[in-house]
Amino acid sequence: MSPKTLYDKIWDAHVAHEAEDGTCLLYIDRHLVHEVTSPQAFEGLRMANRTVRAPDKTIAVPDHNVPTTGDRNAVIENEESRIQVEALDRNAKDFGLIYYPVNDVRQGIVHIVGPEQGWTLPGMTVVCGDSHTATHGAFGALAHGIGTSEVEHVLATQTLIQKKSKNMKVEITGKLRPGVTAKDITLSVIGATGTAGGTGYVIEYCGEAIRDLSMEGRMTVCNMAIEGGARAGLIAPDETTFDYVKGRAHAPKGAQWEAAMDWWKTLYSDDDAQWDKVITIKGEDIAPVVTWGTSPEDVLPIDAVVPAPETFNGGKAEAARRAIEYMGLTPGQKLSDIEIDTVFIGSCTNGRIEDLRAAAAILKGKKIKDGLRAMVVPGSGLVRAQAEEEGLARIFQDAGFEWRLAGCSMCLAMNPDQLSEGERCASTSNRNFEGRQGYKGRTHLVSPAMAAAAAVTGRLTDVREMM
Amino acid sequence: MNKFEKVSGIAAPMPLVNIDTDMIIPKIFLKTIKRSGLGVNLFDEMRYDRQGNENPDFVLNKPAYREAEILIAGDNFGCGSSREHAPWALADFGIKVIVSTSFADIFYNNCFKNGMLPIILPQEQVDVLMKDAEKGANARMEVDLEKQTISTSEGETFSFDIDPFRKHCLLEGLDDIGLTFEKVAEIDAFEARAAQARPWV
Ligand code: SF4
Repeated sequence: MSPKTLYDKIWDAHVAHEAEDGTCLLYIDRHLVHEVTSPQAFEGLRMANRTVRAPDKTIAVPDHNVPTTGDRNAVIENEESRIQVEALDRNAKDFGLIYYPVNDVRQGIVHIVGPEQGWTLPGMTVVCGDSHTATHGAFGALAHGIGTSEVEHVLATQTLIQKKSKNMKVEITGKLRPGVTAKDITLSVIGATGTAGGTGYVIEYCGEAIRDLSMEGRMTVCNMAIEGGARAGLIAPDETTFDYVKGRAHAPKGAQWEAAMDWWKTLYSDDDAQWDKVITIKGEDIAPVVTWGTSPEDVLPIDAVVPAPETFNGGKAEAARRAIEYMGLTPGQKLSDIEIDTVFIGSCTNGRIEDLRAAAAILKGKKIKDGLRAMVVPGSGLVRAQAEEEGLARIFQDAGFEWRLAGCSMCLAMNPDQLSEGERCASTSNRNFEGRQGYKGRTHLVSPAMAAAAAVTGRLTDVREMM
Repeated sequence: MNKFEKVSGIAAPMPLVNIDTDMIIPKIFLKTIKRSGLGVNLFDEMRYDRQGNENPDFVLNKPAYREAEILIAGDNFGCGSSREHAPWALADFGIKVIVSTSFADIFYNNCFKNGMLPIILPQEQVDVLMKDAEKGANARMEVDLEKQTISTSEGETFSFDIDPFRKHCLLEGLDDIGLTFEKVAEIDAFEARAAQARPWV
């Protein structure tokens, strides 16, 4: 048999039909649904008198525009948000989907809930009408974001029309230095490849530094594969993966667990597999990083300075000029001199328990800078409960952070958690686009530990100075 | 879906690279539960000030480009989120064709589902089209999907590649779900096999 990559193996196991031109119908094992990209898809089903083919493989949860304040269970003030959430309530009921409504403790960001509940398992195909579906690739599942028309297609047929992508290997060798986290890895990879570097590829992350990561860290890495242009990121499952999955509510049990493990253990790229592109980065070369611009590729180590637009080639020079103006920065300015107004800890990139632990470790016994606004939005109700149990919530609150309910919140600011014009935020989310966190808001992407350090000093800060 | 006809229309130049989906349609407009009516909010934050007045410098606000049907854009157009609201807004505005050196995958895919044609060309050719588009309303370009060509107002013609299946679906205005339902026997058979092989799924 010819050698295969992990991507090849999962792909081959899910092709339900292949046309002569290579267009495939890929069978979908898990379909995750949220309130923003699904209403039009359900409407389409109703209009054509169609049903959901596999409601037991379709998991819905509202997350994008739910408020994160305690009063949300009574009523969602914003009318349009309320209508979307109510539409999801109704669609989940009418079509018989698995559902975690707003007031369920298991509610949270869809990409945190899926793994937490054991819906995401190695070797699966997972889709969601959301680009950060790549997160689930951390389990060795082929997971990608789809548009609303495709959401409707999967609801109706449990398949997706797909052509195979190319294989790209991103290897992070050796060990990370202290203060460097999964977020720094994934941002550094994007810095090296650009936001279009992965277009047309599925990325497999490997190497010692990746192996050493926890599942939380691996999810952070895969989460941002899309920011590098790749539709999916993958990490081969291993003992770390199996330990995380075992015992979760919807993970297989008993004999089924054994059978699943037999297959899961075959899910790795063969030694002599062919790669269309290979990138290698030394773990010890990665520093704690921040973004200075309005694209995730605008990333530099915290001890660098704001670059001059002229140093870029082609259309990027103009984009950099525009970004620096939008961000209100000056070329040559030290990144660690940039003062911030706000800190946001949360999102599907960094809203898991380990992220909160990392931030709390820096904050313990400290206060946030006077006048700063800081909030923690746990990725799910269960993460929140665990953080309260471990005493992390106390640490955040004592330091001056707001302690919120679960949701996407200020990652995309569709709910009331928004930046105001010119407000500058150190954020653990994944996109620093213009207006992403609020109209004319300014976003610097950082790791949770770096966000905590910035909260204490009131400026972008090298976390290594606080360790 | 409507069949994709030949397009002869005005092309608007947007040389910026990495135009993301948040720029194309800011999230406040994602709260709709409909597909239609998003065209007025296309590029909202670049197109209007906070009071809703048009920014006269923005390309689609200039008299020459208000009826544009073609966009000539910088590299990596449509990066960012999976929101299909981006192609919905473009289509609702009247855009039928977008040309760039590269597109983000999900956006590229979403275009076809909405009867729009994204064309990928090498930098030199995009540069020629960009120059031509900058001439304004008299510069009508021709796009012929059947022949896979795009021509400048001066008749310079470039050929583009497109996946044959996607081309066929656009030309015929085919609905993907309808097509897939023709293969329901294969899906049933796959599902039965998978239930044996991977019963835990
Ligand atoms: S947390 Fe942010 S990136 Fe993640 S699903 Fe929500 S809005 Fe999207």
